[in-house]
Amino acid sequence: MAVTTSPERDIVATPMQRATREALYAGAIALGLFVLFIGLRTDQNISNELILVQRWWLLAVVVVLTMAGRFLYVAYGQPFLANQKIVDVATGLLPQSMAARFFRLPYFIAAVVTVAVLVFLAGSLDGLLGPGLAGYARFLRALATIYALASVMFYFRTFIHAHFSALGITALALYPIIVVLVLAVYGGSVAAGFQGSLKWVDNYGIQILIYVMLAWGLNIVVGLAGLLDLGYVAFYAVGAYAYALLGTQYGLSFWILLPAAGAMAAFWGVLLGFPVLRLRGDYLAIVTLAFGEIIRLVLINWREVTNGSAGISGIPKVTFFGLMSFNVSDPNYIAKVLDIATSSAYYKIFLYYLILGLCLLTAFVTIRLRRMPVGRAWEALREDEIACRSLGINTTTTKLTAFATGAMFGGFAGSFFAARQGFVSPESFIFLESAIILAIVVLGGMGSLVGIAVAAMVMIGGTEVLRELDFLKQVFGPDFTPELYRMLLFGMAMVIVMLWKPRGFVGSREPTAFLKERRAVSGSFTKEGHG
Amino acid sequence: MMAGTTLLDIKGVQTYYGNIRALNGVDVTVKQGEIVALIGANGAGKSTLMMTIFGAPRARAGTITFAGTDITQLPTHEIARMRIAQSPEGRRIFPRMTVMENLQMGASLDDLKHYDEDVEKVFTLFPRLKERIAQRGGTLSGGEQQMLSIGRALMARPKLLLLDEPSLGLAPLIVKQIFDAIRELNRTQGLTVFLVEQNAFGALKLATRGYVMVNGNVTMSGTGKELLADPDVRAAYLEGGHH
Repeated sequence: MAVTTSPERDIVATPMQRATREALYAGAIALGLFVLFIGLRTDQNISNELILVQRWWLLAVVVVLTMAGRFLYVAYGQPFLANQKIVDVATGLLPQSMAARFFRLPYFIAAVVTVAVLVFLAGSLDGLLGPGLAGYARFLRALATIYALASVMFYFRTFIHAHFSALGITALALYPIIVVLVLAVYGGSVAAGFQGSLKWVDNYGIQILIYVMLAWGLNIVVGLAGLLDLGYVAFYAVGAYAYALLGTQYGLSFWILLPAAGAMAAFWGVLLGFPVLRLRGDYLAIVTLAFGEIIRLVLINWREVTNGSAGISGIPKVTFFGLMSFNVSDPNYIAKVLDIATSSAYYKIFLYYLILGLCLLTAFVTIRLRRMPVGRAWEALREDEIACRSLGINTTTTKLTAFATGAMFGGFAGSFFAARQGFVSPESFIFLESAIILAIVVLGGMGSLVGIAVAAMVMIGGTEVLRELDFLKQVFGPDFTPELYRMLLFGMAMVIVMLWKPRGFVGSREPTAFLKERRAVSGSFTKEGHG
Repeated sequence: MMAGTTLLDIKGVQTYYGNIRALNGVDVTVKQGEIVALIGANGAGKSTLMMTIFGAPRARAGTITFAGTDITQLPTHEIARMRIAQSPEGRRIFPRMTVMENLQMGASLDDLKHYDEDVEKVFTLFPRLKERIAQRGGTLSGGEQQMLSIGRALMARPKLLLLDEPSLGLAPLIVKQIFDAIRELNRTQGLTVFLVEQNAFGALKLATRGYVMVNGNVTMSGTGKELLADPDVRAAYLEGGHH
């Protein structure tokens, strides 16, 4: 019998032809998608009429960029990826050979030299290169620093992997000290070190750790008990307002109000828990979403108590366990007691250690609870509610404890937030916050503390880094504000992580029961989107 | 409790799904130390009776008494705490938890007091589970999942074990292993078993006594041997060869 063959289109077409064709398709799609979004813009003219601004040049740039990107990807990227087997199918990671080629000693040395030279020239960069190029130089410095650090981590990867938690906690504990030391050497004086550390300790350190704590708290509800909560920020708000109101009205100390705020948030968690006990999945998500909005609307409208959208200001600072204060006017101000120079950095560094302590408390409690009957019941509840009941587990109390425990940590984080800001308003507790916290939990890998911490660092740290990218203003014009694009970054990160690692950064789940030795359960047995 | 005393007494139980009556006043008795089999066709109401004992769905009429206590209105978890354990239909093991963790969940009722001892017992009964100890429940084969489901139920040290279709979807060799294990449990530990099965031949051979259920009614009862010999039972459930 004769074998019939039909000419295959893709075999006939050379990669170049295919790439051209795909680029044209991509261009057409981009044109269709963006003609209204980018090509036209509605605006108001001087007499307040709505006018259409045409931005064809911008549309053209976007379409051409899309086409070029698609062309390069199909013509060079795809064959390269196919040759390299660049992505390990099982782990979604770069294979060892790829990483070894990326992190090479000569590159590492070059990166270190670049950083050293640019740091040495830091003061005179503007003068040497002009403000435009200096921005690029600073960006290059940041890239080289990241590359150098990544190389170091790559060389010591087995050691880091083996001692990840201990190394992480040590690094976090030493972080403010290192920042102050480096900046002190760099700026030439201790005072400059403290002053410069403000941004690094506050914007990066404290900000990220607040989200780590919130995400770890939500992880108890979503990751362990499997109850999708879209209104977690409500408990954060309860904690923040509990401290703000009781602190300003009754002058109670933070150390009394921290547990009180936690208890109050837990109480609200139980209150929310009761009506939603019968609900699961989508229905539960809707009710919790509504709950979050209710709390926010109450905060806005109950003006007599909450001062409405104007918020509450003048929230007292945390004291150093009552021994020292961080108010310059107080007689026991820390700088007077310790006889050192006045600086606002002490308070920030103290807050950093405080939130670090709260985070570690959250992690400790979560780890311990997972090994206890109630924690195991949470995980079993996530798997099969009917089976749980038939094993004699009271699912009502199990759900309520999950809600209450998660809410309590939200409340702790909230009261810390109020103390740090000195000001709270309903604007801080919008739905977007809940969504960000949930995104961190999902990206990190539900149930995995380490994964969630890494996700928080990347997502929150990443948005902070956007503020640093001043040189982009030279590319896109002075109106360009990179931090407005943080949601784009979030979206991109989620798409990439969900494509490559659909179970989150850390998809494996540590079992809690052993006969003799512990063995991690491979991530490939984990259902997608679950711990 | 002495052998021969009534452990589970179901009297006139009616269960509804909405307005549809699934059980029409069922009477079943399980005595201490017995293996009782309930056989019937698909949709006869066997699993409904099993679930009704556990209070989900709740009986709308009639009483269910366990060891002298009326459990008709108790919440499901309270019923389980009376030491009635169940291997439910479809096994319902925890798929993302390991074999060990599944067994540990079963022991929650017992406060893990006899945990090590009971784990060993389960592994003696089902050596296959020991080989799969660190594996996730969801990655086990059907037969292993059934073993795990029974093992998990045994971890609660039950006075009465309810088994819903333990042979469902399993190869004949595995079915034999599981039935052997049930017989073994009954013989050596005096465990009382109430078993729902479509595999009538196997179930009646195993059982001390049996009930036949048709359309929500118990139509026949007797010892396992009597039912096996009964021409009506043979015609309805056994013709077409031994399963």
